[in-house]
Amino acid sequence: MSKVTITIDGMQISADEGMTVLEAAQAHGLYIPNLCNHPDLKPAGLCRVCVVKMDDWKVTVSCKQPVKDGMVISTEDPEVQKIRRNTVELIVADHPMTCLTCEADGNCELQRVAHYVGVTPEGLNRYRRKIRNIPMDRSNPFFDIDHSKCILCGICVRTCDELQNINAIDYAQRGVTSLISTLGNKPIADSRCESCGECVVRCPVAALAPKGAQEPMYEVKSICSYCGVGCGVMLGVRGQKVVSVEGDRNNPVNKGSLCVKGRYGYKFINHPERLSTPLIKKNGTLEEASWDEALDLIAEKFSGSKGDKFAALASARITNEDNYLIQKFTRAVMGTNNIDHCARL
Amino acid sequence: MTNSIAEIGGAATILAIGTNTTQAPPVLALQAKKAAREGANLIVANPKEIDLCRHATIHLQHRPGTDVALVMGMIKVIVDAGLADMDFINSRCENYDAFVDSLSEFDLPSVEKITGVPGELIGKAAKMYASEGPSSILYCMGITQHCHGTDNVWSLSNLALVTGNLGKANAGVNPLRGQNNVQGSCDMGALPDVYPGYQKVAKPENKLKFETAWGVSLSDQEGLTHSEIFDDIHDGKITSLYLIGENPYLSEANANHAIESMNRLDFLVVQDIFLTETAELADVVLPAASFAEKNGTFSNTERRIQRVRKAIDSPGEALPDWQITAAIAQKMGAKGFDFDDESQIMHEIASVTPSYGGISYDRLEGGGLQWPCPSPDHPGTPTLHLGKFGTPSGKAQFMPLSFRDSAELPDDEYPFLLTTDRSLFHYHTGSMTRRVDGLEQLDSEEFLKINPKDAASLGLEDNEVVQIASRRGQTQAKTKVTKICPPGLVSMTFHFAESPTNVLTSPALDPVAKIPETKVCAVKLEKA
Repeated sequence: MSKVTITIDGMQISADEGMTVLEAAQAHGLYIPNLCNHPDLKPAGLCRVCVVKMDDWKVTVSCKQPVKDGMVISTEDPEVQKIRRNTVELIVADHPMTCLTCEADGNCELQRVAHYVGVTPEGLNRYRRKIRNIPMDRSNPFFDIDHSKCILCGICVRTCDELQNINAIDYAQRGVTSLISTLGNKPIADSRCESCGECVVRCPVAALAPKGAQEPMYEVKSICSYCGVGCGVMLGVRGQKVVSVEGDRNNPVNKGSLCVKGRYGYKFINHPERLSTPLIKKNGTLEEASWDEALDLIAEKFSGSKGDKFAALASARITNEDNYLIQKFTRAVMGTNNIDHCARL
Repeated sequence: MTNSIAEIGGAATILAIGTNTTQAPPVLALQAKKAAREGANLIVANPKEIDLCRHATIHLQHRPGTDVALVMGMIKVIVDAGLADMDFINSRCENYDAFVDSLSEFDLPSVEKITGVPGELIGKAAKMYASEGPSSILYCMGITQHCHGTDNVWSLSNLALVTGNLGKANAGVNPLRGQNNVQGSCDMGALPDVYPGYQKVAKPENKLKFETAWGVSLSDQEGLTHSEIFDDIHDGKITSLYLIGENPYLSEANANHAIESMNRLDFLVVQDIFLTETAELADVVLPAASFAEKNGTFSNTERRIQRVRKAIDSPGEALPDWQITAAIAQKMGAKGFDFDDESQIMHEIASVTPSYGGISYDRLEGGGLQWPCPSPDHPGTPTLHLGKFGTPSGKAQFMPLSFRDSAELPDDEYPFLLTTDRSLFHYHTGSMTRRVDGLEQLDSEEFLKINPKDAASLGLEDNEVVQIASRRGQTQAKTKVTKICPPGLVSMTFHFAESPTNVLTSPALDPVAKIPETKVCAVKLEKA
């Protein structure tokens, strides 16, 4: 791929031909404020926040503008500053100011952009401000939809279309009543949504927010325990509880994608019905026992049924190391090859 | 899989047969949907109009159990049209002439009669698969869970070979394995006929190798498969069973037989994370750690060995499965079970398993490694069979086939064909997913999917309770009246203990793989 050189705010940077100005800037760690752009999605050019001035005369959206050799870009030109500040003020003007209790607080692209472009109370007071009052859609068990916080960036719509090919949501209505909607504006739980949560993780504000989410204290890189795809996950932990699962973007298999079970199906881990002690059946009921008691009984019974009177069924849900030891035990200690597992079911 | 998940997106034609991909491995389905969106042909072969059909170029809606006829019919079209890849066949395959002879019974009019698919559509799909490559085959339990499942797989192998779609990028024959470590369990020799790495028990040199490695003498008799184990328990030949992380009470075909068998055992040990329906039958229940509480590795459907890492402590006294097994072995006085940690077990695995010979935890820190990975400097193998096949001759075998019916087809008494599938929101017998409130809210009970015509003929409305009976058992579920099922075909999952589908299913086994025919059995329906 051939390289071009462009200048951004006086700095010369090299970029691959075919890149947009925004991509070239981001590749060099330069921030150009933006709201509707997402690295996994095609540029949309919707929000008009990423405007820059090109070659000292043309104002253009940097997410759509291909780089050209010798191009000179200004992100701080007064006209650019004015346009993007006005644009962001219009978005903020009807946005609820409930930041401290908001799910996205501290991780909100609108906060970051508003701060960067210099939105002020004086600036906002120039507008007639009216927060949209649309009832929240709480029908999905894993996430809520709060239209009043929606900035109509369309990242959710494009995620559901471009990445998931599910197309459960799209823009509906016009002008100030525009909103993201399911077919027929039904609750999301009654739509074709598969609850994968890919839109939720990409929402730049908290229009889409996981229900009852807790920030983890730390994360552990592991592998999902459901199907055979083997998606990389980050298990979020707090107080010996798994409180979140995120897709591992560095995993070569899923590159961050997860399905509904992988992302939200983790609450079995800390479920109160988990077995926590050995149980031995006495007079027809299973009663709690110590490990010593259980192991003594098993050793005695298994010692009396060596050879082909014994069989073991290992499991497709446990690790390679677990399976290896179970087949070794069956063959080397019990003296039989009667070992199989649930591969055929 | 012969090829990697990422290669699916690079295929020019994808044949997805016997896989409800968007429901069962949904993240893998993203690759197929992406390829279709970007212009690849997607041929879906499935008796039902599954969700993936929305993205398909062609849907071949064949009758359940007629895969051999469908695929061999496609091959005959390809051979007759001169689209066979003769260079590939001559240089890399064997037994082609005998195979071509076996195609004579699969002329399109016969195949159309058996499968119910218009011959013209089969011809179109065949030519598309053959001429617009690389072509990738995806398949799942819809191919394997038949009394002729092995033949079904052979037919797909034949199709890939005749068009040169094996041993190259973005092509291949790709089974989509359903459970997180089903590939690894097989790799580790949790199978009755092979030691780790598919080394045959029946070969004396393998027995000697493991006797030397483990310092014991071993049985030279192959063991019994899953279904056969339950038969031997039933007959009183097996008296003790050590069952780990599995729930045959709900998952075994002809489940009543499995339950009756387990009740006849002298001694049943169940090791699990929950008190499953099966665990309730046990004499001793052992509490195991979940995946979030242990270290180790899983091997995924593309043979990628990846690290599982402990995030939290187990509840109470629950322990990782390997520690429990090692404790039992040590209690019985056995040597060779004194491991300090999981990496030491992997070290032993690597020392006796050629395809895992180069695996160590240090090397898995990046994105894992795909076996075969025979040595510490080997980069792993994303695509199998490049240049040569892993057979003694290095060449692939064509397999002549003939069509066989399913073991139990509908008749006057049991007029409907029942097939089984999975829900996106649940996993196997639901011991994990049914304990997640949100998943339970999205999908809380079994539905019998039935065509509107059939529902009308029985006077059944949508969402009405229906009694479903086969020759082996009966259960109830609500109806979901839907054109997803063609007339004559009904479908259920097996996630719900309240509607145990597997009391209905057929125990007929494939003679080679010993897999039960859970995809085809005959049932009758009555308003409950």
